[in-house]
Amino acid sequence: MIPLASLQRTAEELMAKAAIEIPDDYLAGLRRCANTEKGDLSAFVIQAMLENYEAAKEDRRAMCGDTGVPRWYVKIGNDARIDGGPIALEAALRRATANATHSVPLRPNRVHPLWRTDHNNNVGINAPEIEYSFHPNADWVELTTVHKGGLFGSDYRMLFPGDGIEGIKRFYLDTLVAFGKRGLACQPAIIGVGLGGSKDACMVLGKQASCLRTVGSRNPDPKIAALEDELHELGNNIGMGAMGFMGSSMVVDCQIEVGYCHTGGMPMSVHMFCLSSRRSTARIYADGRAEFRTDPMWFTDYSRRATVEWDQPMLEAAE
Amino acid sequence: MSSKLKTVHLKLPASTEDLQTLEIGSVVYLSGRVFTAREGIYKRAIEEGVGMPASREDLGSANFHCSPAATIEPDGTLNVGSVTATASFRFAKWLDGWLKLSGCNIIIGKGGMTSEVYRDIFVPNNTIYLTTVGYGTGALLGRGIRNVVGIHWKEELGLAQAAWVLDVENFGPFLVESDLEGNSLFERENAKIAPGIDKLYEGTRPATLRRYGETDNKKEEVI
Repeated sequence: MIPLASLQRTAEELMAKAAIEIPDDYLAGLRRCANTEKGDLSAFVIQAMLENYEAAKEDRRAMCGDTGVPRWYVKIGNDARIDGGPIALEAALRRATANATHSVPLRPNRVHPLWRTDHNNNVGINAPEIEYSFHPNADWVELTTVHKGGLFGSDYRMLFPGDGIEGIKRFYLDTLVAFGKRGLACQPAIIGVGLGGSKDACMVLGKQASCLRTVGSRNPDPKIAALEDELHELGNNIGMGAMGFMGSSMVVDCQIEVGYCHTGGMPMSVHMFCLSSRRSTARIYADGRAEFRTDPMWFTDYSRRATVEWDQPMLEAAE
Repeated sequence: MSSKLKTVHLKLPASTEDLQTLEIGSVVYLSGRVFTAREGIYKRAIEEGVGMPASREDLGSANFHCSPAATIEPDGTLNVGSVTATASFRFAKWLDGWLKLSGCNIIIGKGGMTSEVYRDIFVPNNTIYLTTVGYGTGALLGRGIRNVVGIHWKEELGLAQAAWVLDVENFGPFLVESDLEGNSLFERENAKIAPGIDKLYEGTRPATLRRYGETDNKKEEVI
């Protein structure tokens, strides 16, 4: 039985880690941008950001003043037992969100869409979002928090099979050019692309691709992996760098996730995870012990499963 | 921070003469008093006719489009951790009234406004625009805060929309986006990127299902 107190304590620690510590994979990707950037202004911006990450870690303060809209991804092992069950877990995640908003501190970003009511704790109606996944042959629970900005850099479009790869590239460029100008998307960014599913699933897949994969990881389908490389390069050929200044640093990496869709369509979503690509994960075991990491390992062979039954032996996470 | 860019340290409040020395693309660090104000303050001060939340002496004349990551401790202490700007283009409709009411001559924010807004509103009011860098240098900016002087309209607007008054030292970096003549750094950069756009789109295909929209000219902006 996983103790509830361990889950809540770990969740609060995850909130602070996400807000303060830039993940190593994104940092390495941004350093590669710094090494190749020729534009003076764009290079200056990247250098300032690299210094900012150090300042955040030294001072234990949030790396960005807009601490995004915190949300949770929960992966539950098939054999895990949670003290109080999933209802208690959800309450613990909501408490952790509220407590960390005060203790880090985070910006209390969450308000009612119409009445603008702010509880000053990032908790409210349907907030924070909590998404679930499951994992075979495991007795642990994994918690991931993502603090992504909420205003610019994502879009959806219904494409059709006839639009082809040329249509995918077009919509990809449209989104990057639109939100790249003046740096509204706070690039260089991790670009997540969702292809397929229904409209809501398409948005979810693209968002998860940008937030829950790591820089350098590749889709297990080699042709999709090649498309990820191609779109990564295409985004950096726009001529636009950090803050929309002339340069080559638009995309730190591009990640694509797919889901089967209606035979007549090819829906596509694009999401941009920013210079503060904040995510933090922990696995909590039955004895309450927590192991922290920055790779959510959300996508696995099991989570992407393509067949009716899951009858393969469990494999390690794909990335 | 080492860079090829020109760097200026500016004391606040700044005179028009001080602002005349600033060129677009220069790096600026501020020392003195700044305050946060965004749509909540603008709406209340201007549309609802309440006026300013405090005197010009109390607030200073540099308006930061920002909500800090901040909290109020049980003993009333104001704790500001990290500060970053929010996108300014959304606030253009209030700015003429705001600059006249507040006397601000520096607007600090994210992403700037259009040069049309600079010409029509900023230039006649001798006001410049500084953009934050990144836009995520919240921890560096947090380090520049020497004292959280006060907070106004916390009850009326909540922590995120309230006016936070900050005394700062070497607060930055910022980049000059618009000078006293209304030039825009972002528009200058857009113009440099525009010639390559047509080539970039070679080998792509317009979507079969079209959408009603406001622009399909990739050389334009969406703000």
